[in-house]
Amino acid sequence: MSATPLLEVKGLRVEFPTRRGTLVAVDDVSFAIAPGEVLGVVGESGAGKSLTGMAIIGLLEPPGRIAAGEIRLEGERIDNLPPDRMRKVRGRRIGAIFQDPLTSLNPLYTVGDQLVETILTHLDVDKAEARQRALRLLAEVGIPAPEARIDHYPHQFSGGMRQRVVIALALCAEPRLIVADEPTTALDVSIQAQIIALLKRLARDHGTAVMLITHDMGVIAETADRVAVMYAGRLAELGPVREVIHQPRHPYTVGLMGSIPKIGLVKRHARLVQIDGAMPRLNAIPPGCAFNPRCPKRFGRCTVERPEPLPAGNALASCWLYADASR
Amino acid sequence: MQADSRPLLRLADIGRDFDVSRPWLNRVVEGAPRQLLRAVDGVSFEVKRGETLALVGESGCGKSTVARLIVGLYALSRGRIEFDGLDLADPGTDASALRRRMQMIFQDPYASLNPRWRVRDIVAEPIRVLRLAATPQAERERVAQLLRQVGLSPDDGDKYPHEFSGGQRQRISIARALSGNPEFLVCDEPTSALDVSVQAQILNLMSELQERLGLTYLFISHNLAVVSHIADRVGVMYLGRVVELAAADSLFAAPRHPYTRMLMDAIPDLQMTGKARTPVAGEVPNPLAPPTGCAFNPRCPHANDRCRNERPQLLGDGAAAVACHAVEEGRL
Repeated sequence: MSATPLLEVKGLRVEFPTRRGTLVAVDDVSFAIAPGEVLGVVGESGAGKSLTGMAIIGLLEPPGRIAAGEIRLEGERIDNLPPDRMRKVRGRRIGAIFQDPLTSLNPLYTVGDQLVETILTHLDVDKAEARQRALRLLAEVGIPAPEARIDHYPHQFSGGMRQRVVIALALCAEPRLIVADEPTTALDVSIQAQIIALLKRLARDHGTAVMLITHDMGVIAETADRVAVMYAGRLAELGPVREVIHQPRHPYTVGLMGSIPKIGLVKRHARLVQIDGAMPRLNAIPPGCAFNPRCPKRFGRCTVERPEPLPAGNALASCWLYADASR
Repeated sequence: MQADSRPLLRLADIGRDFDVSRPWLNRVVEGAPRQLLRAVDGVSFEVKRGETLALVGESGCGKSTVARLIVGLYALSRGRIEFDGLDLADPGTDASALRRRMQMIFQDPYASLNPRWRVRDIVAEPIRVLRLAATPQAERERVAQLLRQVGLSPDDGDKYPHEFSGGQRQRISIARALSGNPEFLVCDEPTSALDVSVQAQILNLMSELQERLGLTYLFISHNLAVVSHIADRVGVMYLGRVVELAAADSLFAAPRHPYTRMLMDAIPDLQMTGKARTPVAGEVPNPLAPPTGCAFNPRCPHANDRCRNERPQLLGDGAAAVACHAVEEGRL
């Protein structure tokens, strides 16, 4: 890994103050992404993966707020920037891609207008140049006949093509980091494969770092270099994608991997590995390790003391099973 | 009991059109023609007793419409559906008596349960409608038994749906579907709205129930991995038609139709074997203007003139059938 990470998140904590007490949705999460690297962030609904992404792009919905920790982009702190300066960072240095391409695009403007406006906002170019740039971007994300398509409205595009437009929009100002939140979830499998290939190629060609947030382990396996597994707002495991998939260390990751149906590997009608119970609600996170009530390997320490990320193989696992190995 | 070899359900060339024309006045003023969307077009298959038949395909392929036609939520435009040897549309058969023997589980457990009803009443409704319990006491016992059967506690009956997680709600949906003692369950994407670890719980539960109660399933899903896990036989749909129908083992070991192959290729490779994926070109065409000939021909690498002009029929025996000229001619 490169010595100077492009994005560095340290001890991030996101809180939601409510009348019945403060909910901690993201709790002490730390990771870094190197230039050109794709970091997958995986977890089930409510694990805090999207909120981590929102905190990085500065779009946490109030009353949600960053309560502790720091976020650094190319060494500069961005978590405490005033909103107008953060708006310049977002779009210029961080691009965002969301799940539903239809809600990310304004239905009243042509895609060309939206691309040109974004380019003019962030780059010092004139209108004609911006349009040329928009055409190049549309071609780059694989939209056939960009000269004809640039003046079309979002509803005239199919779902897959719309998501390509959103990616082009995120790339407008050549950002150093792209935060992609479930970019393929709303798409059919055949289209999903095309979008994954596109994201991968762009990250490689431009040296852009990508934070890919998804619940789909398959997408992570195809795309990411490293993967962070989140559970109940905390980091359960962080490591190279091969290692985490083939040799998961944290008992939650083991259960998660086992519960994914696989073609040809599991005997048909055999039981899938199942993790009993459900992820705790934010107001009822158990003391110690958040996973301990569901964990088959729980022992005394797990119920009282919260595990730190500990080295396990080439990965980090927040699990007391690896406490001895670290000594 | 002797195993019955007659199919439980038989679809014979069924079809369903939806009228998506502009309003009457617009048609008159603008001279626009009527426009029909053929959501399901000439689908035939059988479901044997005790088996799980899965239908897979991408959004808009008509798989959910088939499910709704079977349980009677939509009326047929063409063809016939036989349940236990009796035509559901024949005025001589008591269709409502036959339909009692089938139930449906829907995709979204947040939308399919009435938020104002207690779980006890949700599960008991079919029992009341079908008068399956003689006394309130018998009904309470039956509801408690159903809730235990799907892994909930009888005390959960007093709660409202919002007090449950997605997976628990889907268990409630299953309990409700089972309360009328059906033989046949139509499951429309029952796990698509759930997280993977919860999906595993529900799939395991469905397998257990099938074994214990001798249920027959029609399982609709877009997820090939889920289908490979639960299905005995699989039908692959594309643009309203079945393009391949085969036993799950042989379909996943050796897919024959180019579309099935493409779908298999498109699944992200979780094992990271590093196998090269054939990039999938193109998208599903507009169902209002489907291509002539084989609907898949614009995306198919093996398409020739015959594929562009003549629609392929589903050919093969009961065990495996495929609708493809290239397969028929031995080009593939």
